[in-house]
Amino acid sequence: MNIDWFFILEKIVLISGVLVISLVVAMYSTWGERKVASIIQDRIGPNRAGFMGLLQPLADGGKLFFKEEIIPGSSNRFLFILGPSLAMIVACMTSAVIPWGDTLTIAGHSISLQIADINIGILYIFGVVSLGVYGIMLGGWASNNKYSLLASVRAASQIISYELAMGLSLIALLMMTGTLSIKEIVEQQRHGGWNVLYQPLGFVIFLVCSFAECNRTPFDLSEAESELNGGYHLEYSSMKLGFYLFAEYINMFISSALMSSLYFGGYSFPFMDSLGLAPNLVTILGTVALFIKIICFLFFFMWVRWTIPRFRYDQLMRLGWNYMIPLALANMLVTGAIVLYRSTH
Amino acid sequence: MQALTSRARQVDRKPMTFIEKIYLWNILKGMVITFKHIWKRKETVRYPEQKRPFSPVFRGLHILNRDAEGRENCTACGLCAVACPAEAITMEAAERKPGEEHLYREEKYAARYEINMLRCIFCGFCEEACPKDAIYLTETFAPANYKREGFIYGKQDLLIPAPGEKKKA
Repeated sequence: MNIDWFFILEKIVLISGVLVISLVVAMYSTWGERKVASIIQDRIGPNRAGFMGLLQPLADGGKLFFKEEIIPGSSNRFLFILGPSLAMIVACMTSAVIPWGDTLTIAGHSISLQIADINIGILYIFGVVSLGVYGIMLGGWASNNKYSLLASVRAASQIISYELAMGLSLIALLMMTGTLSIKEIVEQQRHGGWNVLYQPLGFVIFLVCSFAECNRTPFDLSEAESELNGGYHLEYSSMKLGFYLFAEYINMFISSALMSSLYFGGYSFPFMDSLGLAPNLVTILGTVALFIKIICFLFFFMWVRWTIPRFRYDQLMRLGWNYMIPLALANMLVTGAIVLYRSTH
Repeated sequence: MQALTSRARQVDRKPMTFIEKIYLWNILKGMVITFKHIWKRKETVRYPEQKRPFSPVFRGLHILNRDAEGRENCTACGLCAVACPAEAITMEAAERKPGEEHLYREEKYAARYEINMLRCIFCGFCEEACPKDAIYLTETFAPANYKREGFIYGKQDLLIPAPGEKKKA
């Protein structure tokens, strides 16, 4: 049997790289969140642990690890542990199909900076993201606490409602690009223009829905940390709580990456093919460009959080079902008509 | 109706316009406001390194004063304890023995003098009541402590150091 060891090694390196990067980005998102909050509120934010408080996430993580771990006596132990693990695993899984860059050529081997270029990339992401609800539901259910359960019901119904509008807004994009592979969508934008120019309404709907999917303000009803003392993770302590919070930040990172890839050209940047640089250098610059886009989106997420208050639950549901879904349907219809008109003329 | 203050404003109960209903425009306006705050002056006082200046009439932690020769001014008359609205001051008087003239200014002195800083409201009445210029309020405040007992300040905490004597930290 002929096993391509180089291929396996390449994928292992890529997977660990992407995993480490998404964990580090999530870790520093907590630092970024606190810094953004503080500068928006005319404060300084964490500045004691290391230069500009850069060691703060390490201190927080260390604290979470050494905190006492409590599993409530009346909880379902297996599900209680499964909940945060599932949330974390699902959050990390989505990074597999996102193209982090073009191909690098090292010693004759061309390495695609994407773990798996599957032709149903977007479908995969939707499937995995839907699984994310189970982490939240299981956590709330296994805690055997009515408040946790209520919060997880809130979170689940919110995520399911907004997933619909999100999917519909994406269908318009898919009709336009004609592919489900994220890599191909990025490549199309590399040669054409960014999709946000052709799908502005679809992008806005997708953006709003991804706020809801990540349980971020103004849709953070599942947690409502300013009023309640915790949502579905009320009974969680120590690193299990950390996993839930961490999974949220990874989700934020992944949805930023997804939005950059689908609507803002992913790893492509203007004039990337006319610079006349070495292909490897262009690839690296492309990855840097992607990360700049991601960081802009992360900043946007935080900026919104520290600007606007939370929706009431009925407002949230009305926005989702009465405004987002019809808008997404209309967007789909118009896009479909234009695509049809273009193909026949 | 006559407004009570110049700042009173009628609540706007008009039905929302289309722009307001779609909400996004107003979010954008709010975000512009928060974005402007990025460049605003930071209000934080970096405490241990940087201290907020106190007003000249600030009333903080008490001290017990000495006269020019380093003798304790306090005669344990009890007027401060009487004046104290929070009943934070307790004292015990003692008579000056021959040979202690360099320690105490008058024939009577406070053998024990305690202020409970948890009871004290820092009103400064003790300072006003004192006929001997013995008690003063300073510009510092009581540091944190792990125990309630730590907030009961005795004579050794309150008395200013005598000339030539180093106050222990």
